[in-house]
Amino acid sequence: MDITTIWAAIIALGLFMYVALDGFDLGVGLIFPFFPDDGERDIMISSISPVWDGNETWLVLGGAALFAVFPEVYSIVLSALYLPVVTMLVCLIFRGVSFEIREKASRTKNLWNLAFIAGSAGTAFFQGVILGAYLQGISVADGVFAGPSFFWLTPFSLLTGFGLMATYALLGSCWLAMKTDGNLQHRLHSLIRPLTVVLLVFMVVVSIWTPLTNAQIAARWFNSGLLYRLLPVPFLVVISALFMFRAVRRRYDTAPFLLALLLVLLGYAGLLVSIWPYAVPNVITLEEAAAPRSSQLFTLVGAVIILPIILAYTTVGYRVFRGKTSPGAKYH
Amino acid sequence: MMDLSALDLSRLQFAFTVSFHIIFPAMSIGLASFIAVLEAAWLMTGKPHYKALCVFWSKVFAIGFGMGVVSGVVMAYQFGTNWAGFSRFAGPITGPLLTYEVMTAFFLEAGFLGIMLFGWDRVGRRAHFGATLLVAIGTLISTFWILASNSWMQTPQGYAVENGHVVPLDWFKIIFNPSFPYRLAHMAIAAFIVGALVVAATGAWHLLRGRRDPAVKTMFSMALWLLLVLAPVQAIVGDQHGLNTRKYQPAKIAAIEGLWKTEKGGTSLNLIGFPDMQAEVTRYAIKVPHLGSVILTHSWTGEIRGLKEFPKEDRPNSLIVFWSFRIMAALGMLMILLALIGLTLRRHHRIYESQFFQRCMLAMGPAGFITLLAGWVTTEAGRQPWVVYGVLRTAQAVSPVTQQDVSVSLMVFVVAYFLVFCTGIYYIFKLLRLGPPLDEENPAPVPNANANSSGRRPLAAVE
Repeated sequence: MDITTIWAAIIALGLFMYVALDGFDLGVGLIFPFFPDDGERDIMISSISPVWDGNETWLVLGGAALFAVFPEVYSIVLSALYLPVVTMLVCLIFRGVSFEIREKASRTKNLWNLAFIAGSAGTAFFQGVILGAYLQGISVADGVFAGPSFFWLTPFSLLTGFGLMATYALLGSCWLAMKTDGNLQHRLHSLIRPLTVVLLVFMVVVSIWTPLTNAQIAARWFNSGLLYRLLPVPFLVVISALFMFRAVRRRYDTAPFLLALLLVLLGYAGLLVSIWPYAVPNVITLEEAAAPRSSQLFTLVGAVIILPIILAYTTVGYRVFRGKTSPGAKYH
Repeated sequence: MMDLSALDLSRLQFAFTVSFHIIFPAMSIGLASFIAVLEAAWLMTGKPHYKALCVFWSKVFAIGFGMGVVSGVVMAYQFGTNWAGFSRFAGPITGPLLTYEVMTAFFLEAGFLGIMLFGWDRVGRRAHFGATLLVAIGTLISTFWILASNSWMQTPQGYAVENGHVVPLDWFKIIFNPSFPYRLAHMAIAAFIVGALVVAATGAWHLLRGRRDPAVKTMFSMALWLLLVLAPVQAIVGDQHGLNTRKYQPAKIAAIEGLWKTEKGGTSLNLIGFPDMQAEVTRYAIKVPHLGSVILTHSWTGEIRGLKEFPKEDRPNSLIVFWSFRIMAALGMLMILLALIGLTLRRHHRIYESQFFQRCMLAMGPAGFITLLAGWVTTEAGRQPWVVYGVLRTAQAVSPVTQQDVSVSLMVFVVAYFLVFCTGIYYIFKLLRLGPPLDEENPAPVPNANANSSGRRPLAAVE
């Protein structure tokens, strides 16, 4: 494997970490409206407040690593998707700040609840829109974005926007089912089943629509014999969904979250296969977009040493706060 | 915003977002180390007021840090959204430096912040201290990388330009570029001073309200000791930084000094004045002969190149940096003066009693932030029109985005930042006003009758 491929893999892994980890934080915000009780909301927030910050850092890593080893992709994609990226960042601000302020506010607490919900929902939606627009293709001339400002606003990108919201909502519900008990957990469990169904519908529609909207992805799917090798993916999706229904029926604590992660991983794998070997679909391959070797190598040395350490202490952090979140778990 | 181009708007947006952002990390860097010292003091002495202070400042730190994180994510993406030309050109160097910052600092801070804030009951005392220490170290590592990146853009070396982008040749030279040591020291010390002034102002406020408990006295005293050491050191570092800038960015120095012609036999210093970019003169200047040479060359007759020696299109705006520099330097001097007054009062055992001094320190609370921003404006506006000095112009760095796009985003950022960060600052103030809790086992000694004559209400501070 050459160094460009290794880097593509590291960034893909980093983005998956982001989707999986911040996905459940954002999901908590997405399902917040279904749980109006203030005490329950405090528990929900407490379950993510020690970890959300680290989870969001994976998004920063994704951006920084792209900047470092695929600067052309970073500059083209971000300037092309200017408005959705900026909106997503502003939503992230509201989401992140509402954590700190919500618990200190008294008169304006409901406003910050709203900021948390809207921030989480907006972040999820616009990340999905960005994904959809990226899959459909970005016009590039001379290494610079050359399309209209609103090219990203299409039915397909709206669909992926809502699809990612469903994904995060499922992750959030499953995370909370793991971190809560009693009546609250019961209601979370009953939310998981419809969310799983919704996610499955989105997966099917996106899978059919993607090759229709992008001829090159279609060619990759149908002409390269890839389809047969990928046949296990939908099969595994169905199996996971069935296990999910069973886990919810039996009110398992941890299994739903793991199964949700598996579902997300399978969907993610499908996306990666569609994009490969492009860095900007149809226009620029990973190889073409790669930074000079000295940049890749210098950064890789650090990544190989430091990323495992990060994973280790992140795990330790999660272990410190393992188990059910108790009400009133705040500062001491 | 009628006449502003996408470039102007992008510059405004970057200046706005980065200025708002830097306030919070600067405070976090200073406070994190302060909290670590407090926790260490608590572990070593067992005195409860150290723990109370530690927990109190952790709460302030948490809000500030949260604000820093969310406004920092914007920075990490803004290079791409608004500065596509820059990121395509310089990404191979600034990208890896930023990635190292994320890997060695951001994750470390975020990973251990949860334990530092929420883990008091879940881990042992020493493990908790370890977490606090790692968060503090993380803030300093972050400073290291971001200053390496900024310094390289100011004094680039160790690279070649091929196919329209930089190619790194020697990473050691890139990181340890000529201005890096000065900038790193200047910024790290500035952050500690910012923290010290905030802590001193908080202490002063509670002293003025009549509190004399060990927590309040300790924080006031610690902050003043730190200021006494760092404010003069900062002046020396700043002086050295100036010499370095004169060598590598002479146009910036000329603009800071409002100096148009290269003077022979010693350069005078414009104490104040109004540089006029069109007329190429500094109006209403009050000059001190030879002082410019003395400060910038450490000699009586040292030569400083005037702005007219640089082509018009290569000159930074002198009016901005002339004044931003003077604001920074004047406030720096004021800090040294106050730290010395504090020392005198301390030797006369009046440091907790002098209301005048406490009012001064209270007023100086925001001075650290103003000084820091003034310093950054000086160095950033002073390196214009270059984004990578002498290599890439700011005008070449902008994204192919429309004026409408950037107008919309700038308005959204302005509204959102004021809403969000002003609320955050409001809650920081609320916490600071409340102060560290009064220790019930060791109640604050009630000030004696004399000290009480001014009508202070010792316990009213904790409503």
